[in-house]
Amino acid sequence: MNIVKVGMADLNVATNPDRIRTTGLGSCVGVTLFDQVTKIGGMAHVMLPTSTLGKGELNIAKYADTAIPKLISDLEKRGANRRRLVAKLAGGAQMFSFSSSSDIMRIGPRNVDACKEALKKEGIRILSEDTGGNWGRTIEMDCATGSLHIRTVNQGVKEI
Amino acid sequence: MSKGFKDFGEFQFDVLKEIGNIGAGNAATALSKLISKEIDMKVPQVQIVGFNDIADSVGGAENVVVAVFLRIEGDIPGNMFFLMSLNSAHSLIKETLGMEPAGEELTELEKSALCEVGNILIGSYLSSLADFTQLNLQPSVPALAIDMAGAILSYGLIELGQSGDYALAIDTVFFEGNEEVQGHFFLLPDPAYLGKIFLALGVPLE
Repeated sequence: MNIVKVGMADLNVATNPDRIRTTGLGSCVGVTLFDQVTKIGGMAHVMLPTSTLGKGELNIAKYADTAIPKLISDLEKRGANRRRLVAKLAGGAQMFSFSSSSDIMRIGPRNVDACKEALKKEGIRILSEDTGGNWGRTIEMDCATGSLHIRTVNQGVKEI
Repeated sequence: MSKGFKDFGEFQFDVLKEIGNIGAGNAATALSKLISKEIDMKVPQVQIVGFNDIADSVGGAENVVVAVFLRIEGDIPGNMFFLMSLNSAHSLIKETLGMEPAGEELTELEKSALCEVGNILIGSYLSSLADFTQLNLQPSVPALAIDMAGAILSYGLIELGQSGDYALAIDTVFFEGNEEVQGHFFLLPDPAYLGKIFLALGVPLE
């Protein structure tokens, strides 16, 4: 069993019996996709809601609207069937509370909305989610089962 | 202007180091007065770091840290963090409140004391910087979080994330003599305004 790592603004694919993980999600959102039959799974660590916010060279793994289609096509290349893919979401926290009205401060909830929007557009069902709050998360998906293990500092550990 | 990083030479890095030196030096003096102990500082590190590496200097993305964050507005917008370990936070509470922390979990009073200490330190860092550069720097109200370093620091990268995958981090470590209290200042200037810093200091960006 290996653990495939996903960095910030990054995405990756893994298969049974491997696990796939990303550490220290704050306002970023971890999106996992899983095909129960072929046991192929993927994870994206989404940092920003839309690629229209991008000013420089485009890292497609960074934005919800570009990372999700790319993750789907990577999964298909490995043999997953997109009609069987189901999604789980975690992250999108607001790490600091400010009274500021600045949009950038509300980035966590916006990232979650954008991921849901992108999944809906691709016709992918969301099985479960653990989003919001004001705490960080480390998440790991087991490609044997598709279960998503979530670890936090103060909110304990859970599986979705 | 993220591509502007490539234009930086050794001289530019030295100037940014000096900025870290002046700011953190002032903050260390403030802390020294606050806890009546001598505070030492390490030479500031100025690094152009990938998003995934930024938490490395504080023990990795999953390491739990206490962080005071504030946003800087004005001539050179950016984000500022004051980070320390839980152990350092406990020592600092002892030194400033004059009593042992009540337990593992910090109370609201203890958190607010840490937030205020962070605010004072970041405030003195920035005011010395503003004096030195004659630039207008306005700090936002500070906020405190105790969580994974990756989750906390990534918050300061969101804005930068729109223009690239790298951040310029001016990181200064200070410590009390026996290293019971150790802290990190992270200054993450928005890349688009770095030219203004150099301009204010009369450094050509060649």
